[in-house]
Amino acid sequence: MINFHKDHATLVNVALMGFVLLSTGVAVAPSFNMQDNNGPLPDMPVMTAQERRGLDVYVAEGCIACHTQQVRNIEMDKTWGTRPSIPSDYYYSKQRPDIWRNTPSLLGSERTGPDLTNVGVRKGSEAWQMLHLYNPRLVEKYSIMPRYGWLFREVDSTAVKEGDVTLAVSAENLSHPGKVVIATERAKDLVAYMISLKQAPLPEGLAPEDFIGSRSDGGAMAASAASGATAAVDGGRVFTSVCAACHQPDGKGLPGAFPALAGAELVNEKDPLKMVDIVLGGYDGLPQYGPMPSQAHLSDEEIAAVINYVRSNFGNDAPPTDAETVKTQRAVIAPETVQR
Amino acid sequence: MGAACAFLWVHAAMAQNPKTDGWMLSPGVVGTMVLLAIVLFIGALIIAAKVSRLLEQNKEKQAATSETSISEEERIKRKLAAQYKLRGDELGGTATAFDDKALIAGATSEPNNPLVEEKLYSRTRLEVPKQLQQLVIWYLGAATFWLIFGTAVGEYLGLKFIWPDLDEVAWLSFGRLRPVHTNTVFWGWASMAMIGLAYFVIARTSVTKIHSYKTGWWAFGLINLSVIVGNILLMAGINNGGGEYREYIWPAMLPFALGLILTFRNFYATVKRRKIPEIYVSNWYLLASLVWTIVLTIIGYLPFYQGGMGETIVQGYYMHMGVGMWFMTFTLGLIYYYLPSSLNKPIYSYSLGVLAFWTQMLFYTLIGTHHFIYSPLPWWLQTVAIVFSMGMFIPVIAGTTNFLMTMRGSWSAIGKSYVLPFFLVGVIFYFVGSSQGSFQAFRFTQNIWHFTDFNVAHSHMTMYGIICFILWACIYALLPKMTGREPSQLLVGAHFWLAFIGLFAYTVSLMAGGSVKGIAWMNGVSFIDTVIATRGYWTWRAVGGTLMFVSHCIFAWNFYIMVHNPLPPVASQVRKPIPTEQ
Repeated sequence: MINFHKDHATLVNVALMGFVLLSTGVAVAPSFNMQDNNGPLPDMPVMTAQERRGLDVYVAEGCIACHTQQVRNIEMDKTWGTRPSIPSDYYYSKQRPDIWRNTPSLLGSERTGPDLTNVGVRKGSEAWQMLHLYNPRLVEKYSIMPRYGWLFREVDSTAVKEGDVTLAVSAENLSHPGKVVIATERAKDLVAYMISLKQAPLPEGLAPEDFIGSRSDGGAMAASAASGATAAVDGGRVFTSVCAACHQPDGKGLPGAFPALAGAELVNEKDPLKMVDIVLGGYDGLPQYGPMPSQAHLSDEEIAAVINYVRSNFGNDAPPTDAETVKTQRAVIAPETVQR
Repeated sequence: MGAACAFLWVHAAMAQNPKTDGWMLSPGVVGTMVLLAIVLFIGALIIAAKVSRLLEQNKEKQAATSETSISEEERIKRKLAAQYKLRGDELGGTATAFDDKALIAGATSEPNNPLVEEKLYSRTRLEVPKQLQQLVIWYLGAATFWLIFGTAVGEYLGLKFIWPDLDEVAWLSFGRLRPVHTNTVFWGWASMAMIGLAYFVIARTSVTKIHSYKTGWWAFGLINLSVIVGNILLMAGINNGGGEYREYIWPAMLPFALGLILTFRNFYATVKRRKIPEIYVSNWYLLASLVWTIVLTIIGYLPFYQGGMGETIVQGYYMHMGVGMWFMTFTLGLIYYYLPSSLNKPIYSYSLGVLAFWTQMLFYTLIGTHHFIYSPLPWWLQTVAIVFSMGMFIPVIAGTTNFLMTMRGSWSAIGKSYVLPFFLVGVIFYFVGSSQGSFQAFRFTQNIWHFTDFNVAHSHMTMYGIICFILWACIYALLPKMTGREPSQLLVGAHFWLAFIGLFAYTVSLMAGGSVKGIAWMNGVSFIDTVIATRGYWTWRAVGGTLMFVSHCIFAWNFYIMVHNPLPPVASQVRKPIPTEQ
């Protein structure tokens, strides 16, 4: 007869067996299953060697402590991606890097900073990413992210070599005035990884899982992009969440890094077509500023709304455009993003 | 209660499509509010009792003075009675008093500290083998060191939320330092303190001496080595992939695992040669906790199934079992010995302890995935985790009932002891913190609270409110009996109140801030605006954290007072000794 009260061997063995059995059922077996039944999406770019090195920097610096990489299948997470995350999304990134370290725990458990699943789409500008790492408060006044100065070097302007990435840091923000800030290889790797973070499209004919729950007040911009909602889009909100990072909330930009929209000649042109083209296709025409990535991931309505917002705020005054114009231009400038 | 719980979880498990409009009425939110109401209600009850007593006294006084209609004769009688003074020799006559025990000369109406009520001193001395005494003191000493170091790091991290530009040193950056805080207080402070306290329990309840002191010292070295090496690597930017509580790479965690295996062997061999037939229930928890944690560490670090989402499943399992099977189970084992022994009475129900033991294993093991609700992990796995999170009510209620019923009838002892208040807070938080965790696992409450500072509040409510308070209670209960040195009661009181008030400021501010943030996210407020909205709450968190840190410094001083230069036991005060020979 089993007597746990007097038989220490039985007690310990039963506790051990019970725990091993339960653990196998709830952790080990499902883990094997999830690991083995997984593959990349057909349109998913393979991770480059540089992006992989960038992922190493991401793990080493503990970015995981504050940033998640998972779009949950609930309404509120629509801000972070166009569809809920699926296991295939992590096919390349969640692999054991070497014998010493485990698979990166990328999903995370705290969102002290924004989710980064789709950050390459939202913040695709290398210049912005570099400045933001060097000192987040240069581009986002209220950010509480640490500065990563050790990923950059200050050198004499004569020492800048071909291929160096220089940062447009104004003199008062330098610890040694007159020097130039350049990115180390580690910074370049990390930024390459960050910009590579984009949700891959699902194979044709496969509908994404629905987001659970509903909000009565309309929803995030991505929501209307996904469902083609016709509800009036708030251009100011689009500006705050997409454009303000570089062009700044007051529309004045950052000298040397991002051009001002307030009073800009291009913004105030009577014909909005050039502005529509830039938002859809990106722009690299001003040598003193970093290139602007394409924003074609926004819907026609959102692009029209934000252009109208910019053209009628910050002291600007120019006639509005409409979603139809954006739609026409999209077919020319960014045909691959035309809704199927 | 049981029926209500069953209703709540059935309701939540079926609600696959939660509407956010009526968030105030969701079961998880209601449950959490009920828990908060219980705490507030108890607080209000105590205050009401005090106030009503004051009023009563006042009324009696007034009644006494307002009495007027008495006869002249009576008035004179009373006046004389009031004027009567003792001559001082009514009992002893005029003979000279002998006072060789200083009963009269030593009496004073002014206690040593005028601020607080004087507590009872620890009268009993336990004769403990010199080797065991040293082993326990060194484990607790190392634990205290790691507590100060780990919470200094935590305090510094808390300040970085308010002043992100505090430094720009890679080794001190937030991402690298955060796991240093968590791993140090886990594997350094709590684990060392737990094992040190358990050495005494194992020997005492088995009525025998420890199997091998040498093994104890080896484990001591290995666990400390793990924490030192692991922390240096973390600060140098070498970690295991960022999975919480397994940030140490395996070569750094290996000494810890070996330390656990040695400790288990040592405990098992000691229990095996116990002088009594029964295995005391404490030892069930202690032995099982060690076995479970060894298995857990192996599963957490083996690589074969951790590609892709496999890592995520193991992560949820590991981080929850680390807390549940190691810290909680082990600490429960400690309570089953130290609480009744401090009250000098047996535990209320042995059977409840056994029920809690097996349900702890069954329910706790299955709930890891509740850290990944709505993630790409299988929906069934998430549901299992939610359902068994509600199952956690069984061991939690069984344990709480057992501890409170043990305390019942001894409430007045709590006010007279400097040890028991720590136990009371620990037990209350065991119920409130654990239940709150179960409510947080609901799908709807995950919408509001997941990813926010509410998580941080929950982990401090449990790891600090339960584990730390219980460990302090055990340390204050054990050391004076072992060394004959008692800490200053005023400083123990300062430790208690600073830690308690600090914890309240810390958790309440982060719970409120987390809720504000989560609801703002649900309503599509831009992310940076929610950062700005949380700043005030982070300031309060830093205030609470500072109080907590100051209390740890006071504790370290108290610890030093209790262990330096131990007194030899006085024969007449010694209780039944632990045999030094087999």
